[in-house]
Amino acid sequence: MSHAAIELSGVVKRFGAITAVNGLDLEVPAGVCLGLLGPNGAGKSTTMRLLTAQAIADSGTIRVLGRELPRHAKPARAAMGVVPQLDNLDTEVSVADNLRIFARLYRISDVADAVERGLALARLSDRRDDTVDSLSGGMRRRLLLARGLMHDPELILLDEPTVGLDPQIRAEVWSLIDGLRSRGATILMSTHYIEEAERLADEVALMNLGRIVARGTPAALIAAHAGRETAEVYGPPARLAEVRAVAEAGGLMVRSAGPAVAIVGAETAQNGEIPADAVIRPASLEDVFVALTGERLE
Amino acid sequence: MSPGNDETGAPAPPRIVREQVGTRRLEWAAISGVMSREVANFRTFWKSSAFSSTVEPLIYLLALGLGLRATVVDDADGLDYVHFVGTGMVATAVIFSSAAPAMFGTYVKHRFQNTYQAILAAPVDVEELVSAEILWIAMRAGFFGCFPLLVTIGFGLDPAAGMLLVPLFCFVTALGFAGFGAAVGASVPKIDQFNYVTSLVITPLFLVAGTFFPIDGLPQWAQIAAEFNPLHQLVELVRHSAFGFESTDPLRFAALLGLAIAMWRLAVSRMTRCLID
Repeated sequence: MSHAAIELSGVVKRFGAITAVNGLDLEVPAGVCLGLLGPNGAGKSTTMRLLTAQAIADSGTIRVLGRELPRHAKPARAAMGVVPQLDNLDTEVSVADNLRIFARLYRISDVADAVERGLALARLSDRRDDTVDSLSGGMRRRLLLARGLMHDPELILLDEPTVGLDPQIRAEVWSLIDGLRSRGATILMSTHYIEEAERLADEVALMNLGRIVARGTPAALIAAHAGRETAEVYGPPARLAEVRAVAEAGGLMVRSAGPAVAIVGAETAQNGEIPADAVIRPASLEDVFVALTGERLE
Repeated sequence: MSPGNDETGAPAPPRIVREQVGTRRLEWAAISGVMSREVANFRTFWKSSAFSSTVEPLIYLLALGLGLRATVVDDADGLDYVHFVGTGMVATAVIFSSAAPAMFGTYVKHRFQNTYQAILAAPVDVEELVSAEILWIAMRAGFFGCFPLLVTIGFGLDPAAGMLLVPLFCFVTALGFAGFGAAVGASVPKIDQFNYVTSLVITPLFLVAGTFFPIDGLPQWAQIAAEFNPLHQLVELVRHSAFGFESTDPLRFAALLGLAIAMWRLAVSRMTRCLID
């Protein structure tokens, strides 16, 4: 009998009066990189904690790699690699020791060999004896990834893998994740960065208020919910209000986009709703998200 | 994941051999894995620990032992006052090297370093995590707790065969205090609240343990209260190991063992509440 790598059914998790995860149904087939995209507070991190049994669902069922959680959490965790949002490396011990500790925790038979692999994956072989607090931000992030992957997991959970990183380090991390994808790893990656989800995920699940509101490939989601093009109009507030009114009267969806208004599905405009000075760009997942939830991602 | 090369050129790992992980409680592989983390960290500060464990009893013995003996007391309970204080200092070393590191360590690793979040993402459960943490602290305290005794031997205390049991007495007592510390560390919302615990629990236990003066000089009610002080029981066991065991000593040891088990379970319960949402 084959199982999806992750199966959540009707999962609810409450924290007092707050329902962080609200009847979540989610399946991640083996070999897929699924991006869990949503704003802060959507329930992404709680979902990640549920999958490692660091949070226990109030109701619903969770199966990871065919094992029911939280009852069989330990063997499930042995077969998954988790890369957390926050840097929780041991900063005063060496790079190699950080890997060595987790090689033991993951019950790897040949610890020395696993440490070498981890160092190679993190490209830190020449810094093996240095303490972590002497590493740059990018090196630390690579080490964090290597620590979560050194036991060759069947499933990889990446919780906001590039949050707070500068663009150069983010590109480095994306390159590593790309490498994992190309090897056919099953990945669940939570993120609130549109570009990250579009670039790395085979499929994207949009999450809002603790549940999935849409799922599909980025291209399919955009085509289904945001059309082909979005027109962005810049100008003083009075002009933006006027543009918005005209577009909405023409049945188009309009949203604020920083200093501009964005008219979604601009290619369908027929009666001059799109001003001549509008900037036309391809529709994005953010347009989809706003169209479906009325909220922005950041 | 299938072998291959990624875009970065990093070698793709072939299958790695892992031991089977079951759902059994208290797996030694998990406990020793967590302890290996503690050992790696300890290697970065063992020198300062060894220094303070040696110098602190030395200062106490010089200041209190020699100072008081020269001016106020010559002996206590029929023992040379330096030997009386030196053997009592073992308990002081044990409580300060178990309760305090457990309280602060638990709090910092949970609230600031997110260490437990990382460990619990691996095949380790809270019971194993807590057991490893307090076992390691107790082993350290069992070792460093003997330092005052060694220093006192340097001050003329005759070595005795019974002293070989002192590391065990220290280890078991430290297990209880490490469990207590971990439970407190998992329970307080703010780090400054440790001040209450130090002032209301640790300091009274340490002062009324019979370290610096005999308990039988206290009022009756205080003597009865002292019997419930685990540190007093440790002080008695250590003194008896040097000067001759008594028939009640197995009971004292059993009480310390009982406390260790109770505090271990309390720590597991509080840490589970703290770490699992």
